[in-house]
Amino acid sequence: MLYRFIIQSIVLLATTSLCFSEAGRKHEESAPAGMVLIPAGLFKPQIGGEQTTNGIRLQSFFLDVFPVSNIDFLQFVREKPRWRRSQVQLAGADESYLKHWSGDLELGPRAFSNAPVTFVSWYAATAYSFWKSKRLPTTYEWEYVAAASPTRPDGQNDPDFVREIRNWYSTPSPEILPAVGGKRANMYGVADLHGLIWEWVSDFNAPWAKINGRGGSEPGGELFCGAGADGSKDRENFPAFMRYGFRGGLQVNYTVHNLGFRCARSAAGSR
Amino acid sequence: MNIPSTSLCMATLLAGALFYGALPPRTSGQATSQAPRPKIIDPSVVGEENAVLTQAPFVPPPIKRKQATKVIVKLEVKEVVRKLSDGVEYLFWTFGGEVPGSFIRVREGDLVEFHLNNHPTSKMPHNIDLHAVTGPGGGAASSFTLPGHTSQFSFKALNPGLYVYHCATAPVGMHVGNGMYGLILVEPKEGLPRVDKEYYVMQSEFYTSGKFGEEGLQFFDQNKAVDERPTYVVFNGSVGSMVGDKAITANVGETVRLFIGNGGPNLVSSFHVIGEIFDKVYPEGGTLPAQHNVQTTLVPAGGSTMVEFKLDVPGTYVLVDHSIFRAFNKGALGMLKVSGKEDLITYSGKEVDAVYLGRQAEAGSAAEKTVATLQEQVKQAIQADPKISGLTKEIQIAKGKQVFMQTCFVCHQLDGQGVLNQIPPLAKADYLMADKERSVRLVLQGMTGDVVVNGKKYNGIMTPLNNLSDEEIANVLTYVRNSFGNSGDAVLPAEVRRIRSETPPPAAQAQYE
Repeated sequence: MLYRFIIQSIVLLATTSLCFSEAGRKHEESAPAGMVLIPAGLFKPQIGGEQTTNGIRLQSFFLDVFPVSNIDFLQFVREKPRWRRSQVQLAGADESYLKHWSGDLELGPRAFSNAPVTFVSWYAATAYSFWKSKRLPTTYEWEYVAAASPTRPDGQNDPDFVREIRNWYSTPSPEILPAVGGKRANMYGVADLHGLIWEWVSDFNAPWAKINGRGGSEPGGELFCGAGADGSKDRENFPAFMRYGFRGGLQVNYTVHNLGFRCARSAAGSR
Repeated sequence: MNIPSTSLCMATLLAGALFYGALPPRTSGQATSQAPRPKIIDPSVVGEENAVLTQAPFVPPPIKRKQATKVIVKLEVKEVVRKLSDGVEYLFWTFGGEVPGSFIRVREGDLVEFHLNNHPTSKMPHNIDLHAVTGPGGGAASSFTLPGHTSQFSFKALNPGLYVYHCATAPVGMHVGNGMYGLILVEPKEGLPRVDKEYYVMQSEFYTSGKFGEEGLQFFDQNKAVDERPTYVVFNGSVGSMVGDKAITANVGETVRLFIGNGGPNLVSSFHVIGEIFDKVYPEGGTLPAQHNVQTTLVPAGGSTMVEFKLDVPGTYVLVDHSIFRAFNKGALGMLKVSGKEDLITYSGKEVDAVYLGRQAEAGSAAEKTVATLQEQVKQAIQADPKISGLTKEIQIAKGKQVFMQTCFVCHQLDGQGVLNQIPPLAKADYLMADKERSVRLVLQGMTGDVVVNGKKYNGIMTPLNNLSDEEIANVLTYVRNSFGNSGDAVLPAEVRRIRSETPPPAAQAQYE
């Protein structure tokens, strides 16, 4: 919680200073509440992704500092009854949708209000984003921000950062997810990209998002065994393999106990 | 300026959200898992049954039926914290809650309907590649399963043999390295030869962040895994899994078959049972007993071997990977305890326990008598005066010279004369010979400040040499007290030990280092 407070303070400061320093510019350049501005940049997919030599140009965008929490999502389903557990259609979310909640409008003991919401489908996450006048980040956007450690944009060269991510895979899943904001934010000011949950992205099932995009009719079929190592620039980036692998197995209505999301918004001036 | 286009975009998105069915994010028109698949009908199988699954070291019973059938296998993937060694825990990724995974036994020609269930609490997606499957990925292409989901596929067990199965999700080495492997036996139509006992033994390695035996929850160490430097090499998933009370057992006169697998992920096993000879080996898990009378058999990573042997002599037989440091230092050790009647003709047990002096002194020779006489003299001398005997002093001087040549001569010179006006001499040195205890303290603590030796004043620094052992200090002082024209008694290690315990450690040591 301390971290959360610090991060929020930083966000607030950053937002304020942005307003001052860019006085005279358009108002929409300052980050909306709870979001930070990610400056435009070049993203080089380490594994997966379109094969490019120069990387992929990303426009600047805003990204939520924290994953969407249970209480945030509760507000959404209050206003949008069709996304309540009892009313959602199976095509939109599978049987496990929000199953850690006690009821339609009740979080209960297994879902802390400030813990990230999980057991949500892509459809539900997307609908929430629209309701917030936001959208889901793309794979590239998400990976670009998630590559940064607390101190540098190329986190893969920060041994402590890499170790911390890897160690998440060696620790058991908690029965009940903790609150967001338990760890340091990265250098963009975005927190909890690693070590808490997996996150939906808008284009999780794009053909190039498979580690070795050979097509094929089976989800994740390209990921098995040594085949996954073909065509990847960084074979030692195990966490990235796992994220791409995880996304490769998803379907739009799937819900998983440790899969949540956060929202993005295009910055004015970009597409 | 961009507000209109943004608003338009948002409007479109909102429209999409209101009618999510019209927003299929699938770009390639792939079928979802809910799409109906044609029901598979195999006319050659009769009936249906659920597979019996067992955990190591146990094996499901031999298959008695004479016809192929449909066998339903339900295997649950679970990520669990278990003991890797005493006080050492690890988050294992498992097939069936244990490492190695459940043993699956089917018959040649069976149609296997495979259900892979990934427990809802899993962090990872997983799949399964069974080497017994003919088809892409050995099932991996059809079994990628997210936490809280299940996959189903079927395969025909075409080839009999003993096969490894493992998770093949990228990064595959990590999934295997965390414990995701097991064995599936496709029993030949005619069955395997009858034996009295069957056991399941699977070797594998673990790469942990801490050293061997380091307590607490250990993390997977990717660097060690990539470099193929395992911290643990074990049978059946943990150190001591088949030792003591958990040893596998048999009786004299029985024939034992071991189904041996090697999950790897990296090492090839040189599997050996100390004190037994494999009567039959089915190399690499094939169905032909290709070799008889084998001591050590190779089990490839991602491969298997079957061995059979009859037990003739009671006792404890130790299973090892004969790449022997793995057994001695990393845990690759199990036990087979055999009870029954002694067979003294096959193995007598210890008949003679006597002294052996080696080839240089054959019994009855003059050399043996000389050695024996000398040893007796030494013994008597030590008994008579353990502190001082001429012989031990000579040895001390010889050993002390070695220490002197490594440590002291740079300053005090080879002839013990020191350096004019800088380093005091040791040769015929009154200061040295006047006080034995002081010289011991001096070596332990070093010395700074004025000292008068043989009437000359020196003001230098001597480094404390308390890193030398008691014996080394005793020897080197015995050497200098009996060299360069000096003559004195020996310094004994016990004296050094006593003085060291009475002397505070050198406070100023750091400045010399």
